[in-house]
Amino acid sequence: MNQILPNSLRSGPDSRGRFGTFGGRFVAETLMPNVLEVQQAYDDARNDPAFEAEWRRLLKDYVGRPSPLWFAERLTQHFGGAKIYFKREELNHTGAHKINAVLGQILLARRMGKTRIIAETGAGQHGVATATACALFNLPCLVFMGATDVERQQPNVFRMKLLGAEVNAVTSGAATLKDAMNEALRYWVANVEDTYYCIGTVAGPHPYPTMVRDFQSVIGDETREQMLAAEGKLPDAIVCAVGGGSSAMGIFHPFLDDPGVKLYGVEAAGRGLDSGAHAAAINGGSPGVLHGNKTYLLQNRDGQITEAHSISAGLDYPGIGPEHSWLHDIGRVDYVAATDSEALEAFQLCSKLEGIIPALETAHGLAYIAKLAPTLKPDETIVLNLSGRGDKDIFTVAQHLGQAL
Amino acid sequence: MGRIAARFAKLRAEGRGALIPFLEAYDPDGATSMEILRGMPAAGADLIEIGVPFTDPAADGPTIQRAGQRALKAGGTLPGALAMVEGFRREDSETPVVLMGYLNPILAYGAERFCRDAGAAGVDGLIVVDMPAEEADELMAHIDGAGLDLIRLVAPTTNDARLPLVLKGAGGFVYHVAITGITGTRSAAEEDLATAIPRVRAHTDLPVAIGFGVRTPAQAAQAVRVADAAVVASVLIETLAASLDEHGQAQPDTARQVLDQVRGLAQAVREARVGAVAA
Repeated sequence: MNQILPNSLRSGPDSRGRFGTFGGRFVAETLMPNVLEVQQAYDDARNDPAFEAEWRRLLKDYVGRPSPLWFAERLTQHFGGAKIYFKREELNHTGAHKINAVLGQILLARRMGKTRIIAETGAGQHGVATATACALFNLPCLVFMGATDVERQQPNVFRMKLLGAEVNAVTSGAATLKDAMNEALRYWVANVEDTYYCIGTVAGPHPYPTMVRDFQSVIGDETREQMLAAEGKLPDAIVCAVGGGSSAMGIFHPFLDDPGVKLYGVEAAGRGLDSGAHAAAINGGSPGVLHGNKTYLLQNRDGQITEAHSISAGLDYPGIGPEHSWLHDIGRVDYVAATDSEALEAFQLCSKLEGIIPALETAHGLAYIAKLAPTLKPDETIVLNLSGRGDKDIFTVAQHLGQAL
Repeated sequence: MGRIAARFAKLRAEGRGALIPFLEAYDPDGATSMEILRGMPAAGADLIEIGVPFTDPAADGPTIQRAGQRALKAGGTLPGALAMVEGFRREDSETPVVLMGYLNPILAYGAERFCRDAGAAGVDGLIVVDMPAEEADELMAHIDGAGLDLIRLVAPTTNDARLPLVLKGAGGFVYHVAITGITGTRSAAEEDLATAIPRVRAHTDLPVAIGFGVRTPAQAAQAVRVADAAVVASVLIETLAASLDEHGQAQPDTARQVLDQVRGLAQAVREARVGAVAA
């Protein structure tokens, strides 16, 4: 026997929360019992039909799921190749995919008897989703957000406050998403008894990468059914932008065991992979440990974490979820990259041709489709996870286009 | 017997507890932190804890965060911290030195190579804040061969069921995190420590040190009345930080101010007189 292949690429992680060598639970001892408590509670909840039913009810009647699958005909004609479909996560309540996993986690927090919710946020989408769910369930909500991001995402900061959340502007480090996560962890260490940490992506200590992936897999499950209904076959390729990678993990995971479906994760190349100013953990980083998990990170030779850069606040993070690191190492997913300017161009193109203003995060995925679609045949299909809407980004985009609002 | 065990045995014979002061390597610069390190044994340090700067110290409060930022700006690295210990060992072969830091710089250095080099430089123990017992195999295989002790952290949240796991493979001493929180924020109540330390002792014969929130000479004395050692960190860094000029540069008396404070703490620890509780 040459090599023992796993029966499924969907069975991870192992009992230690590892995907291959990635993942794990690298937190201070003070937090470890809490992390184990979350794991125990999640293991119980996922086996409870009543928990599932309540989450599904919220997804249907509060979020508006299933989100539609849209055939983007004008973009298809424009690129002149594969048929392009959009999985319309931007139509969810709160305007992005984040709400899927937030509702699951808030239901879990209630089940655990936690009375206060904290969250970190970059672009503000996860913060808004968490503030929304906390309003719905009457839970106090504290959102940690880098001061730099508070500045460039004012509309979302205002939204969170309207929803009753408190926004803590974090000034340490570069004052972006990574620093917000450090500060949320520090707060959690000091308030472990009554506080649930609602992590926004497929990163952090086990079970977070698994739990957030499981909740977000509703995206891929629906896509599968919708593509079979629309085309009578699975898509040839799925493309999604990757920061921490929750939207990508959510649409990829149900397709991991379908070798005919090519999967592309698009990292933020910022001003270019050679510029040093990017957020491409896989294309420009190396494995290490940060924020509770082992994964690809942007770091220098001394193991100090380096600052990420992206025009998109949601991708401006020096790491990536550990399952992505594993999927990269085994070659199941191709991790590519798109620059700030490629994303800006795709942002405008999508607005003009499809009447959909995408989030800048999402625009990175579309920027790669601009390269991929023309290389495929007209009977082949690509699905873009249209993970968020771009209303929050119009100020950033206007500024880059030299227009005052 | 390693330096840590030898030092605690000696203190036990003397009937007193240990003072473990902390300094951040390269804070505010390499020369000043070396001057503080060299001066610590004479000021009354029984063991010394050296912090390795890291960009993302998620278990530390603002005081140690800022120390780390100053240190990184001054060129502080893990190899730099090892070089400090190597230099220290040329004149002091007895005072145990423990490195405290986060896992990523160690992995970047290479786990096996790091343990070997740390042992060779004269490091005696490692505290890796973000490496709980469940993940200790990242370093465990390389610890013994290098003559290093892996010092485990025990927190108020570590329940009895978990203590045996946390203490499995522990060496040197056990570091009791006195509060549920980050460094430099608040102090534990005396009665909490009085119940917490016997709970830990029931699971280990290793000496127990109390850290997080030990700020004053009185608190240090109180710590060594119930435990074997007091770790003092943030308050020393506050003294250092307050001595710097507006550009964050060390002044001529920066090291002296820190060492004077160590002296005051050491005196209180020595006068507490109970210390090393008979096992």
